[in-house]
Amino acid sequence: MKEFKDELYDLIIIGAGPAGLSCAIYAGRAKLRTLVLEKAIAGGQLLFSERVENYPGFDEGVGSQELAGKMKKQAEKFGVEFKEDEVVEIALKSQEKIITTADEKIYKGLAIVVACGSKYSQLGVPGEEEFYGKGVSYCGTCDAAFFQGKDVVAVGGGDTALEETIFLSRFAKKIILIHRRDKFRGTKILQERIFSLPNVEVRWNSVVTKIKGAFKVEGVMVKNVKTDHEEYISIDGVFVFVGIKPQTEFLNGFLDLDDKGFIVTDELMAASVRGVFACGDARKNNLKQIVIACAEGAQAAVSAEKYVEDIKTKR
Amino acid sequence: MIKELNASNFNEEVLKSSVPVLVDFWASWCGPCKMVAPVIDELFGEYGDKVKFAKVNVDESPDIASRYGVMSIPTVFIFFSGNIISQIVGAQPKAQFKKRLDEALANK
Repeated sequence: MKEFKDELYDLIIIGAGPAGLSCAIYAGRAKLRTLVLEKAIAGGQLLFSERVENYPGFDEGVGSQELAGKMKKQAEKFGVEFKEDEVVEIALKSQEKIITTADEKIYKGLAIVVACGSKYSQLGVPGEEEFYGKGVSYCGTCDAAFFQGKDVVAVGGGDTALEETIFLSRFAKKIILIHRRDKFRGTKILQERIFSLPNVEVRWNSVVTKIKGAFKVEGVMVKNVKTDHEEYISIDGVFVFVGIKPQTEFLNGFLDLDDKGFIVTDELMAASVRGVFACGDARKNNLKQIVIACAEGAQAAVSAEKYVEDIKTKR
Repeated sequence: MIKELNASNFNEEVLKSSVPVLVDFWASWCGPCKMVAPVIDELFGEYGDKVKFAKVNVDESPDIASRYGVMSIPTVFIFFSGNIISQIVGAQPKAQFKKRLDEALANK
């Protein structure tokens, strides 16, 4: 049985990562009646890192859980309501927008902010899905300890790939870091740390084409994209850090998305349907960072506030 | 209550259980594990009378984790009659866990 919640929220925020939480803080302070729906726990992808070193104001770095917890508390202080539930369906056509959740509850809001974030991308090679949890991992912080004294490959070249490889280097005997280009995209300071690690070897211009094994990962095929030379490397684990993809499948056909699924908005975070806004890693932007997600969340809240005020005066 | 398992009670609690047992392999330093834990708590509230719920801290019981080939956490197994009948890796949505639990109950 679907359960209708009769109350009408001014604003419903989908997702409680940094973007959604920042949006909630601003919306709460603007006295909007605000609900945040989060399918897991507040923090989102932020929780995949162990510590955050580049969020302004924390000169010693800050634990990711601590940061997420404080953001949520701050929003709650301003009267924002949180519910743990997953959005499965949306109806955006009428002025009162309707959201259906996995728990079969129905919520109504005048404005919606989509801050549903992203999850890791896959390589899309044979063996990857088969061996997920059996040597294939997307989280170095989580799984490095299972590879104590073992040989692994890591794939990627952005900040996350470099950070996670540095973390892995404390456990694995040897790491081959495979990157498709001839230089890293990641921050210089992280690159310097990578090059200084004696147990990390970098393979430039290379891609993993296949993950092999019987019951668990035993090796990978690695191809040099310049020479087309392919070789088998015997290893125990494959760590995949090749970027993110937005969790926007449920929005397909309802909002304008780009070819990768990121939500297209204007500079005020307004999406293609009036009263719907987007911010953070699910939005088409140039930089996926906590500080950017927070900034966009603030803008989305202010835009939503203007929209809600506007329709309330006309109702 | 979600039972904390270790080498001394694992066989008794899991392998000899007359009902399906959901076992969550986790660690304190694993972010996605913290995303799964509240989902497991909710499922315990919904399925607790039909399914036994338990967890293994892989830091404290690495032997159990390695016996079942756990190489990524969170990993959730559903055991029945001493065998693994379902494996869920990573921070999956609640609906995914419900589906697997329903399947386990239908096939037991």
